[in-house]
Amino acid sequence: MTDGAKIMVDAPDVQKNEPIARYTDPIGRYLIIYVCLLVLAALQFVIAFSHLETSAKFERMLLIAIAEAGLALAFFMHLWAEKRGFMLFVIVFTGFVLVAMQYGWTDSYRMELGAPYTQPKVGVVPQ
Amino acid sequence: MSQADLTLGGHPPGMVTGLPPFSVSAKKLAIWLFIIADAATFAACLVAYGFLRNGAAHWPRPFHSIVNVAIMTFVLLSSSLTMLLGVRAAKAGDKSGAFRWTMITAVCGILFALLHIREWLGLIGEGMKMFSNPWGDPLFGASFFSITGLHLLHVTGGVIALIVIGLRYMRGRYNADDLEVTGLYWHFVDLVWMFVVPFVYLLSLSQ
Repeated sequence: MTDGAKIMVDAPDVQKNEPIARYTDPIGRYLIIYVCLLVLAALQFVIAFSHLETSAKFERMLLIAIAEAGLALAFFMHLWAEKRGFMLFVIVFTGFVLVAMQYGWTDSYRMELGAPYTQPKVGVVPQ
Repeated sequence: MSQADLTLGGHPPGMVTGLPPFSVSAKKLAIWLFIIADAATFAACLVAYGFLRNGAAHWPRPFHSIVNVAIMTFVLLSSSLTMLLGVRAAKAGDKSGAFRWTMITAVCGILFALLHIREWLGLIGEGMKMFSNPWGDPLFGASFFSITGLHLLHVTGGVIALIVIGLRYMRGRYNADDLEVTGLYWHFVDLVWMFVVPFVYLLSLSQ
């Protein structure tokens, strides 16, 4: 082996080439996650029939849905077992896009309530 | 200039050896990039749905029963487990087991699609159309059919992919990594449903 080839093999990124997610977890773990997902889904149905305000129901259901998604991503999709850099890339990049998408909500409330600047001032004749 | 500089040419080792970013296989990276893009698509649909609902004076609440959607949720969640068992069997070299679990997953997907279509037909029978319905805001139909239709399209595509890749896996054309990539897509379809159910169905129950 030449010196150059040796350096390439010894490079840290090359040594970590093997994927970590090998799907060798015990079936019992998968079943536990499956039951957790069923319970969380059932909880959403229970909340739907509670006497909470719609906004309160929405907040609780959203939190549960995020928890479900987290379990599915981490264990069913094995993101937790992937390289830390890859996991961060997926979470941070997706999270940023999803959060940036929320900028339009204020306009939605304006449709419902009307923004103050759209109302004519008292005593001022609109041009 | 050192020997290392000559070998690596100043680039990270991964670039020299042709390894994809993050040292994951190219197929897996591709499906994850697709999942990220698809997550943004579904999120945009759900945000638009919330936007319309927030601005509507009378948003319809047409769902009388949760039985159908509960069964659909159970079927889809169970199909994620069977998919996982299929990939696990494939990684362990159990070819027939992997094929069996993959086909069970496909059957669950078909069952989910049939239940979904039955629900659609029920709503259409009650008078719901794309831009009109007997209950309230006329855009309910458009937003409901868009979101659930996009999800149903993903399920249908997933079922076809599962059957094709499962059969080719059995014939030796595809390997366990291909089943894993298909499994990631299937889990994502399941993950999206976890958000569609509460926001589209459960918050629109007639009480």
